[in-house]
Amino acid sequence: MSISDQEMKELKKRARQLREDILDITFWAGGSHIGGALSMVEMLVILYDKYLNIDPNNPEWEARDRMVLSKGHAGVGYAPLLARKGYFHFDILKDFNKFKSPFGMHLDSRKVKGVDVSTGSLGHGLPMAVGLALGARLQKQEWYTYCIVGDGECNEGSIWEAAMAASHFKLTNLMTFVDRNKYSVDGSTEEVMGIEPFANKWKAFGFIVKEIDGHSFQELSEAIEAAKIEEKGPVVIIANTLKGKGVDFMEDDVKWHYGGLDSDSLVKAKASIANMYEND
Amino acid sequence: MAEGLTWNVYDANTMTQADIYGEVLCMLGETNPKIVGLSADLAKSTKIGRFAEKYPERFFNAGIAEQNLFGMAAGLAKSGLIPFVSTMAVFTTMRAAEQVRTDICYQNLDVKIIATHAGISFGQAGTTHHCTEDLAIMRSFANMTVIAPADGIETANAVRECVNYPGPVYIRIGRGFEPSCNDNENYDFQIGKAVEMHPGTDITLICCGVTVAQALEAAKHLKENDGLSVRVINMHTIKPLDEDAILSAIQDTRRIITFEEHNIFGGLGSAVAEVIAASGKACAFEKIGIPDCYCLVGYPEDLYNHYKIDMDGMVQKVREVMGKDFEDDDDWEDEV
Repeated sequence: MSISDQEMKELKKRARQLREDILDITFWAGGSHIGGALSMVEMLVILYDKYLNIDPNNPEWEARDRMVLSKGHAGVGYAPLLARKGYFHFDILKDFNKFKSPFGMHLDSRKVKGVDVSTGSLGHGLPMAVGLALGARLQKQEWYTYCIVGDGECNEGSIWEAAMAASHFKLTNLMTFVDRNKYSVDGSTEEVMGIEPFANKWKAFGFIVKEIDGHSFQELSEAIEAAKIEEKGPVVIIANTLKGKGVDFMEDDVKWHYGGLDSDSLVKAKASIANMYEND
Repeated sequence: MAEGLTWNVYDANTMTQADIYGEVLCMLGETNPKIVGLSADLAKSTKIGRFAEKYPERFFNAGIAEQNLFGMAAGLAKSGLIPFVSTMAVFTTMRAAEQVRTDICYQNLDVKIIATHAGISFGQAGTTHHCTEDLAIMRSFANMTVIAPADGIETANAVRECVNYPGPVYIRIGRGFEPSCNDNENYDFQIGKAVEMHPGTDITLICCGVTVAQALEAAKHLKENDGLSVRVINMHTIKPLDEDAILSAIQDTRRIITFEEHNIFGGLGSAVAEVIAASGKACAFEKIGIPDCYCLVGYPEDLYNHYKIDMDGMVQKVREVMGKDFEDDDDWEDEV
């Protein structure tokens, strides 16, 4: 189904807000995993605005859809989204990572409302998402489990253990995204430890693979809707993205896996974001 | 005791700890639909397979993939279920240590881990399948409860109790026909509360797991042959530790030896030593276990004998420690 113009406008507005929030929090915190937070913005925004069945006033609602951010280091991109959805007040993010803050870089499900599962150590989220999906099916619950995995994270053996299990158990109530931004910490994924041929790996593990532009709401929407009605097996959406998307001096540059912003670079970064949306 | 269930339906003389665990879990599963089982291709040898046969839809085999096993268990717990996970102790606490710590303990999830083949109970298999580090590792994970039942009867009690005990629980059991030291389950088993198995005033043996039954034999032997009054404490719960039982032992006997099927570092002996040190009381003390080495290969009985955690070794160690001096302090009575 195509997205209406009005809906597209709203989604872009949300995405722009999230990108600006990520910059502000990075400035307040002194540094963050900014590159990989900016690359997954469209994925998170469309899930939370269009697809996730949730109630921010009732974060523990049993019938809610579950979301697992397996690439937990991108918490700086997840926390402001949850705040804007109404799980908590945005202003408390001014203390992000500070002494006694409930917000570490990697979000804690016992401290941050809206976070279903604590993540941060790579390769842990997808196995837990598989457990959630199995639990839902066993208890005849309709809720769905979504999981966003990093591409560098796919070096972890446990991702493939979980992939094997997801297809063995034919989990059609689990939707996996890979934020294919092409970099991990030390360099490009292909230089550090190659993961290509990536789509074929998932296929070989029994997944139905959809490869899309991860910054296109239209493509994301089509892939998600097709995945939801897929009955043959679990679906992975490989979302090709740009690390640091929206900030010209960060885009596609491994230096911005983790970084800080001073007041000058914050202004420049915000100008770049403004430019991205105003020239759209 | 859960209603409508008979807890002595198994024969502790012919069933291993794991057999009894499998039976008890099946009974628990009957009344509690939230219980699910998981293993990593060791359903048969850990005996969780009995549960799998009875409730196939509630059992998940992760294949030989322990990291995913414990990750899935965390997810299942998050969905509102109570997962019981069984594989060998060595793979639980080392291969999947981070999943147990970060996915389960950090999130304080109701995952109950029954780890088999602990200690040197699979002695013939060699170091890859021994596990003499698990108590140390599990004890250092916040939120984790750590239990080493003395025998099959106590395994039944521990498994039954852990269902309603909040948070993650690690129960380590052996493999074979370890001798029983309880006749039935009708004794005061409480997680975190030691059981005095034999009274004594000259020396205290603090034990867990298979060493409890051996200590009882040693206490009888030492009474008959040396006229010694040996207290035997079954410290089935390593964490939270029953500190009062240790403080009483210091006060009453002033000589303590710990015996465990574990490296002498980090397990029961270390936990007891911490309490003794903090008490500020003089006390002759020794901890006996695997002396910081990779254990020899052999049948468990031969290994227990070699490492002096069987009756013979205990008798010898008690005689040594009875001859040991410790510094008396004059105002001992005032301080206590």
